[in-house]
Formats: sequence, structure tokens, C-alpha cells
Amino acid sequence: MAELRISGVEKVYPNGFKAIHGIDLDVPDGEFIVLVGPSGCGKSTLLRMIAGLETVSSGTIQIGDRVVNELEPADRDIAMVFQNYALYPHMSVYQNMSYGLRNRGYPKDAIEERVQKAAGILQLDGLLDRRPRQLSGGQRQRVAMGRAIVREPSAFLFDEPLSNLDAKLRVQMRVEIKQLQRRLGTTSVYVTHDQIEAMTMADRLVVMNAGVAEQVGTPIELYERPSSVFVGGFIGSPSMNFMPATVEPDGRHLRLSDEARLALPVEGRRVEPGRPVTVGVRPEHLTLSADADSALAFKIVLIEHLGADTLLYGSASSVEATGEGGGLLTVRWSGHHTPPAGEVIRLAADPAHLHLFDAATGRRI
Amino acid sequence: MVENRPWLTVVSHLVLIVGIAIVVLPLWVALVASTHTGRDLLSAPIPMWFGSHGVDNYRQMLTSGMEHVSGQPLTLMLFNSLVMALSIAIGKIVISLTAAFAICYFRFPLRMTCFWIIFITLMLPVEVRILPTYEVIANVFTPLTRLLELFGFEGDEIVIAGLSIRLDFSMLDSYTGLTLPLIASATATFLFRQFFLTVPDELTEAARIDGAGPMKFFRDILLPLSRTNIAALFVILFIYGWNQYLWPLLITTDPSYVTVVMGIQRMVNVADTEPQWHLVMTAAVLAMLPPVLVVIGMQRLFVKGLVETEK
Repeated sequence: MAELRISGVEKVYPNGFKAIHGIDLDVPDGEFIVLVGPSGCGKSTLLRMIAGLETVSSGTIQIGDRVVNELEPADRDIAMVFQNYALYPHMSVYQNMSYGLRNRGYPKDAIEERVQKAAGILQLDGLLDRRPRQLSGGQRQRVAMGRAIVREPSAFLFDEPLSNLDAKLRVQMRVEIKQLQRRLGTTSVYVTHDQIEAMTMADRLVVMNAGVAEQVGTPIELYERPSSVFVGGFIGSPSMNFMPATVEPDGRHLRLSDEARLALPVEGRRVEPGRPVTVGVRPEHLTLSADADSALAFKIVLIEHLGADTLLYGSASSVEATGEGGGLLTVRWSGHHTPPAGEVIRLAADPAHLHLFDAATGRRI
Repeated sequence: MVENRPWLTVVSHLVLIVGIAIVVLPLWVALVASTHTGRDLLSAPIPMWFGSHGVDNYRQMLTSGMEHVSGQPLTLMLFNSLVMALSIAIGKIVISLTAAFAICYFRFPLRMTCFWIIFITLMLPVEVRILPTYEVIANVFTPLTRLLELFGFEGDEIVIAGLSIRLDFSMLDSYTGLTLPLIASATATFLFRQFFLTVPDELTEAARIDGAGPMKFFRDILLPLSRTNIAALFVILFIYGWNQYLWPLLITTDPSYVTVVMGIQRMVNVADTEPQWHLVMTAAVLAMLPPVLVVIGMQRLFVKGLVETEK
């Protein structure tokens, strides 16, 4: 058990590429922190630096009260679970789990006890004599976890451990990992590119983009108050709708286009009139409106039924949406009784859930 | 592919049978000839079925050999061949495993240069470099004396701190001389390197986190994973070593270092008399046995090592 402190960490590769641009992060003891971001954002690099598999170009990494920058991975008191499990194919499950302990010269009976205990926790009791290739994906994943927990390390590091599993198993293992971490209370750093995984598992999450930590916070904080267009678009599924807009002279409304006006959220009233902004609104915060004046005319193009609710994709007249949906706005509609495709409906956005970002920098206003 | 054409089956079997006959016939003749007396073989027609002198022939070859050809029993030659083949196979595997390990897993200056230099030696088999190699084996200090000559020193003696050292150390007529020059192997190094490249990096990293140092990683992870490759290579290299002909012929003059392949050549190359074919064939059959046994014994691993991709 230990806290993890990352201060001013940078990574510059020998070819001059700067993968991490200075990250500060304090992970209190027992916290489950998730690093999330698109591929190439530096999240894995950061994790590998914590593990000691990559050198730290500048800054310090502290586990417990030790600065570990110069320590070998084995001496950092961490355990890592890899994306492809990285089990030793020629060793049995028991040997795989005990290898780290054997290398550290633990007595045989202590190893036996720890492995049996871990196997019990992970329901691997009957499988200890098997080889990794005789196991299913989920079982291999558990063995990889077992290899980590027998060590009883200060911190667990997970490098996209679920991305090789099928969708159903992934959900199941997600719950198992989270439960296990609660039970053991070990500080954990978890890397994923899947924002749902990040949202559901994290105590706090770090959204990374191009080597920078864009925002650090609890999943709900990030969902409700994204600090930038990037975070807003990355967290939440389906992702947030973004539209360019200007603040009206009255300072209380946004003009999206000639016909569409939106009332500004209370907190946004400080925005000076005429300023170009990007307005973000989540699909679930767009609702039907009777008021023809302050509403978007939304023409339904495509309907996706998810069961409990339905996603409507469409275009609003003379509003050019940016971001993911390919120029289309997305609306989450509860239930499955929707107007047919091709129909035009009027939508309003809840002013309390409008997010305003600077049009140039993308930062939250 | 499912094919059901009777004539195709007939033709393909015919081709196979002819092929097998071509391969097997000489072996058969050798086997049959090794059970006859010399006189039987010289009179037409050549016998195609076993004679009654098999036991005598084999006993003679294994215990006393042919009197007029150095008189060495075949057991000694087989032993020499075995020592040579085993040393070459094991030596090559050990050297190339460690070389490939160094090239793949360590970052040191001129790493790729080293690799390419090793790789280039593929173009220099024993037959090509046989003269310089012979010179070096005849006197290990040859390169040094040549170098000294360049700088104007003559003679094969150097004096360091009052001690006179004669630069003369020959490895002719020794097992070391027989095997050492053949041990370095670019092919095997390359093979292991290619195999090591397919071992996932995560495995190395997991081992590092598990506290295994480089040598421990090599012993505990890499070696067991290379098991089938080692076996396949062992079979190939054993046969390569066993079949060496030119090199042992060149550097051994002492009859006690004669290998079986050379031995057979000497038995055939007799002056004045007809070769004793029945004994030559006996020797040939005996010489064939060890490689055959190695192949049969390691067949399963051998095939696995050549085809296996899963790790």
C-alpha cells in the first residue's frame, strides 16, 4: 500500500519526439486511477515509466516515500498486468504465479500459501497445473491478475488488460477487477482507451491528449464539467454535440445560425457579447420543444434503437455540427417510440447543461 | 481438397513408388552387400538378397577393421565422428544462442554491425576459407606472426620480460582442430535471432517485473521457449557435422583421429587390390546408423521446431 506521486514527468524519445509534456499527478493510497485517451496520447508511456520499463526524461516518480526513477522494475514494488497477459507459455499456472516470488527467494511454503490464496480469490483453484494455452481468455486474464496479487505490491499497473477479451467477458472482468481492487485496497493505475471502462472503473480519471493531462477528476466531474472540447467529446457515449455559435448582444443568448437561438446557461452569462464560442450539449440534454423561437429545427436522418432508448441522428438547419457524428447531431430519446426518419422536430437544450468552450483554444469558458 | 479420380490416384502412387525405389535401391544394395563375402559381390549377377556373412562382416569391422587400411576398427572411427558431430552441433547451438541473445536483447555499440558481420560469414563456408583456416589451425599464432611481420618483426619467437615465447601452437590432429573451425554458425545465429524477435516484448517486461535478470530470463524463459528450435537445429547440425569430409581429411594425419566418412574413403581408395566392397558396405551401413537414430529419436520435436508458430 502506498501513494503514488508523479511530478513534472516528461518523456523525450532519443529521436526527439516528446511523448509526455510534463505531468503532475498525486494518487492517494488505495485509489483506482484510470488513464484514458486516444491511442498515441502517451498514457501507456506514462504507465511504463511508472513501471520502470521506460526511462524518465525529467521529473520524478515516487512510490510510497521512495523516488523510483533509477530503480529496476523488480525493485519498485509494483506488479503489472499486460494487454496480452504475457504469461510464460511453458510454465503452469502455479509456476507463472510463483515465478516472481521464487526469484525473490521466498520460502516454498510461503509461496504455496500465497498462490493458493490468490487462486482462491480468483477462482483458479482447479487450474493450477494447466498451461496458459489450455485456458480461456478470461482465465488467462485471471492468471495474469494472480501473478500480480501474489506479490502483494504497493501498486498495480494495468495496461489495457481487457482489450483482448470479447465484449461480454470484458464487462464481467471489469466488475471483477474493480471488486478485487476494492477488496485488496491496493493503489492502482489503469490504462485504457475505452471511455466506458474508464468511467465505470475509475475513482478518478485522467484524460490525456497528446502527452498532456487535459483533466483529472472523478467520472461525474468530467462528465458534468469537461474542461475542454477534447474531454467533452471523449467522455460520454454517444459523444457530445458541438456547434459553433456567437454570443448575442444581450449576453443571455447564443446564436447558432439565422434561425436558431439558445438560452445561455446561468454561469455562462459573463461571456462578452459577440464572442465566437463552441457550444457543447450532450445527446441526452436535447429535448423536444414547443417554443418555435428558441429551438433547433432537427431533421431526423437515421434512427438507432438501443432498446431502453433510441439515438436519433440528424441535421439542424443551417447549423454545422463539429466533432464525431460526421456533421450530424445526436439526440438520445428515451423509449423506442420516435418520429419516423425524415421528419423535422423542434429541439431545445437545457440551459443548465450547455457547455461553452472558447472557439479558438477549446478551453471551457 | 477432395479429389475422386481413380486414375489420378494410380498415377500419383506410381510416381511415389518410383521415387521411393530410386531412393531406396542404393540403400538396399548396401545393406545386402554387407552380408556377403567379397567374392560373391565381384561375380555377376550382383546378389539382391541377404547372404550369410553378415555377422562376420559386422564383427570384423567393429573390432579389427580392414588390416591394410590403417587397421583401425570402425568403433574408433564412429567414436571420432560422434565426438566431432556432437561437438559441432552443441558448440554451434551454444554459441549461436548466446550470440543471438546478445544481439536481440542488449543495446551495445555496433550491435547491428556485429550482426551483419556474422551474417556475411554465411557467404564463407569451410570450403571457401579452407586455406587460411588450415593455416590458423596448423599454427594458431599465424595471424599474430603475420601482423608482426607487417611491422618488421621476423621469426616466430617473442621475448616478453625475459621470457621467450615461441609462437607455435598447432591444433592439427586433435578434436579441437576438428571441430572448432566449424562451430561458428551464422545460420543458427540468424535462426535464433528471428525466433527471439517473435517472442513478445511483454514477456521480457513481465520477467523484468518478476525480478528475473538477463541471464535468469535467458535460462528460465528463452531457453525453454527455444526448445523445439534447438532440437530441429540439433538434428540438422548433427548430420552436418557427421558428414564433414574435406576438413577432417585435411587436418588429420594421425589414424586415431580418422572419422568414419574419411575412413570409408580410405577403404575405397586402395592401391593394387580391388576394394573389399562387402566391408565397405558394412562400414557405410554402420556410418548411416547414428544420423538415422538422431532423426528418428528427435523426429517429433524436429517437425514441431520447423513448423511451429504458436508461442
